[in-house]
Order: sequence, then C-alpha cells, then structure tokens
Amino acid sequence: MTGQMDKFLPRPTPETGPFWQGCRDHKLLLQYCTACGTHQFYPRVICANCMSEHLEWREASGRGTVETYTIVTRAVSDAYAADVPYVIALITLEEGPRMMSNVVGCDVESVKCGVAVEVIFEQWSAEITMPKFRPVAGKPAS
Amino acid sequence: MDNLRGKVAIVGAADTQVGKLPQFSPTGLCIDAARRAMADANITKGQIDGLITCNSMAEPYMYHAEAMAEYMQIFPRYCMSVGAGGSTTFSILHHAAAAIVSGMCTTVLITMADSLRSGLTRDQAMKMQSSAGHSQFEIPFGPTVPAFYALIARAHMHKYGTTAEQFAAIAVACRKHACLNPTAEMRTPITIDDVMNSRMIADPLHLLDCSLVSDGGSAIIMTSADRAADFPHDPVYILGVGEGHGHEHISQAQSLTTSFAVESGRRAYAMAGLRPSDMDFAQLYDCFTPTVLVELEDLGFCQKGEGGAFVENGNIELGGMLPVNTHGGLLSHCHPGNPGSMFALTETVTQLRGTAGARQVKDAKVAIVHGQGGIMSSHTTVILARERH
Ligand SMILES: [Zn+2]
Repeated sequence: MTGQMDKFLPRPTPETGPFWQGCRDHKLLLQYCTACGTHQFYPRVICANCMSEHLEWREASGRGTVETYTIVTRAVSDAYAADVPYVIALITLEEGPRMMSNVVGCDVESVKCGVAVEVIFEQWSAEITMPKFRPVAGKPAS
Repeated sequence: MDNLRGKVAIVGAADTQVGKLPQFSPTGLCIDAARRAMADANITKGQIDGLITCNSMAEPYMYHAEAMAEYMQIFPRYCMSVGAGGSTTFSILHHAAAAIVSGMCTTVLITMADSLRSGLTRDQAMKMQSSAGHSQFEIPFGPTVPAFYALIARAHMHKYGTTAEQFAAIAVACRKHACLNPTAEMRTPITIDDVMNSRMIADPLHLLDCSLVSDGGSAIIMTSADRAADFPHDPVYILGVGEGHGHEHISQAQSLTTSFAVESGRRAYAMAGLRPSDMDFAQLYDCFTPTVLVELEDLGFCQKGEGGAFVENGNIELGGMLPVNTHGGLLSHCHPGNPGSMFALTETVTQLRGTAGARQVKDAKVAIVHGQGGIMSSHTTVILARERH
C-alpha cells in the first residue's frame, strides 16, 4: 500500500459503489441487464444498450484478452514514477465489456495484443482496491 | 436551413506569435489574436455581433466568452464558449455558420488562445490533459495522453500491420512543411531515423511522434457569403461541414481503429457535393502521428488499413499526392491545447488566398480540415474553397 495514496484514487459514486465494494471483496462485478441480456461496464443507472433500469450485479469470470496496450516509460505523475515501465491495457472481458487496467506480474515486454489475462486485486486504501490483470500462465497470445 | 453550402465565408484570419511566450497571458493572446483578425478583415470591434471562444486551461474563466467580450468591451448578441477538445475549433465553425445563416448574428469573431508552455508547469499540463480520461475507470491506472493514443497506434499495428516507421513518416512530413514556414516553432529537418531514435514515451510512440506544448492564439472572422465581397481579402467559403461524436473515454470506443471521422467526413462531403479526390490539400489533427493515419483512412483518402502505405514516400508532403498539414501542424508548428487546430484553419485560409509563399500548394482551390477532440472522441470535418460553387 505504500505510496499508493498519492495516486489518482477513484471516488465511488452511488452507481459505481457496488463495483468498488466488489473489488474490496476481490470480486469483479459487472452490471447485467435482465431486459436485454447484456453485461455493461462502467456501471450506469440505465442499460446503455436498451435504457432499461433492470440491472443486477453479477460476478464476472475475471478472465479477458488484451485488445491493445502500451508500455508507459514517462509516468503521468511522481506517484506513478516508481511503477515505470508500466503497462496500460484495454482488456476485453469474457462477458463482452472492455475495461482499462494495468497488466502486472510479468515482464512488460511479454505483453502482446491477444494475450489472455485474469484479474487480481491490489489494495490502495481502506476504501479502494484496484482491479488489475496478469497473464494467464501457459496461454500464449491468441 | 437544410444546408450551409456556400452560404458563409471566412473574411479575416490571423495568428499571434507562437512558441514560448511568458510575456503574454492566455487572455492577452486571445485578445491579440482577435485584434489581428479584425485588422485582417479591416473591421472595427463594433461590427462584431457574435463571439465564440474556448476556455483556457492556464487561465480559465467560468464564462470565458463573456469574459473576453467584457475585456474588449464588445456587446455581442451571440456569445458562447465551447469545449470539445481539439475538435472545438471546427465544431465552433459549424455553430457560427448556422448562427449566421439563421440570422442570430451577422459577423462572428472566433478567437482562442492558451499558454500551456508558460502558464502551466509541464506536470500540470500533463495532468490537465490526461484528465480527458475517466476519473474512476481510466485515470487511476496512470495513463498519460501519449499512452491513450499509443493504445490506438498499437491496435492499428496489430490489426493492419502498420509500422512505427510509417507513423514516423507523418512527423517527417509535418517537419518538412514547418521548415518552409517562418512562424513554425520547429524548423530543423528530421528523418524517420530521428523519430525512431527519439526517446520512447509510450510504446510505440516516440518523443517526435508527439506534438508540441506551446503558447499561442489564433482567430478568424466569419460572415455571410453575400457580405463577404465587402472585405479586403478574397473570401474563403465553407462548402461542407459535419460532426461525429463517438465516445468520451477511449475504453468505451466502438472501435479502436475506425473513428467517427467516418461520420463527420461523410456529412461534410455530402453537404459539399465533393469527394476526397477533389481535395487539393488536407489539414488533419495531429496531436500524435497515428491520428493523421487513422483520419486519412476514415476521411476516405485510402482504404481502411492502408494508411501506413499512404503516408510513405512523400505522398503527404508538399509536391506529393495530398499535402497534409502545410504549416507544420501540431507536431512542428505549435500546439497550445484546444486552440491548436485554429492554426490549421488560418493556414487553410492563407493557402486558399494563395499567399502561403514557399509552402504554397500550387493552384489550391479546395481543402479539407479535420479536428478531433478527447481521445479520438469528437470529430468535425470542414471543406473550404476559394470559389463559392
Ligand atoms: Zn438492456
């Protein structure tokens, strides 16, 4: 947890609170629309596909694929400097939605488009635990 | 009002100095740009009845356009400031044209400036711009602005086999043009190797794939085509304009490799009744080199995925098939933030007046200019011409 407090910590809102609670519990929660049957991310008060309010929280598998990535060699602020080089990736989850995260726990040069990843959780504060991803062992880029 | 084609013209255009200008505030630059554009159009401030600005990051006002009107002591009947990132300039042009045609006002001043270089520390500028990211679901992971665009670059490379050298060719072309422009900030020629050997910022983007951080301002005066003959310079007519808005946050983009420039371009071409092959030159938003490549594809200058081949071999340089960013662009002329694409607009006016000197596009009659804001989020395309058609 050292040093993470100076990073840009998310500030949960009423509609995103359950997602962040899920992260605290080490569960990746997505909203599922019971009207049209789609998952969505980020959390909203409506389904962005059909505008229905009938949304429920479901735990995602936590598995996904790196759709694209970059290796950042110049940190956005001092609080991130110790992480350089770090990977920013857009990850397509098995359930469909795409999310941004860091790919960690590996050589940054090993990250490629198509690499299979799985969620891990990194506690930053009492309130905030971040969902991050690591390559799935033994699964090369598809 | 079903069509703005040929109904509105730009009759004044001017830039301030650009570069590192600690002697000017952003407000000072904004007003200096306005003064120069009014002088270019030979009008007095009393003739301005519409004012549009965009806010300054270094010296923000809650009501920016009202503050600028007050500063100049002008009293417009149409007054607003707009924020759509780098697309601001051309979406403003769209709104101004509509306001003139609908009779809301007759003569609009569009003026914009910022001091990202002198008015903010480098870290402040970086943080301010990366705040385009989602505060809960992107920014905490530490993306920089170059990182956001690197995601697009990498996706394009993965899907279409585009290379970092092809992105570099865009930086080389812009620099070549800047070398012919006495007002450009960066006037030393560069090669593809220079770009490839410059410091990696966010893989695959090197330092020379990234635009400048500058101070500067730029302004234009617009009025109806019917009034346009009363001004000292040849008018530049708006033949087509279109917008497309796809997302705010890159993680929510429908496609990482095809942008809503497809929509804005299609709408602008349809209004103008013209095609990509009719364009004599193009000014394409170049905050980072990959944006130009994606825009060339999405605006129909080549097939999707063939942008890499299109930018090679001097094709987008003066003398090539489609000169792009003839003033040097955000990459080599200047980039003071949201006002950045104003300089592409004033350059287009200069080219279509035929007064661009050493960098003049021979026989330039019709041009396309494109701005994008956010992270390939909002897009506006404008087609401008020497003749009203
Ligand atoms: Zn739904």
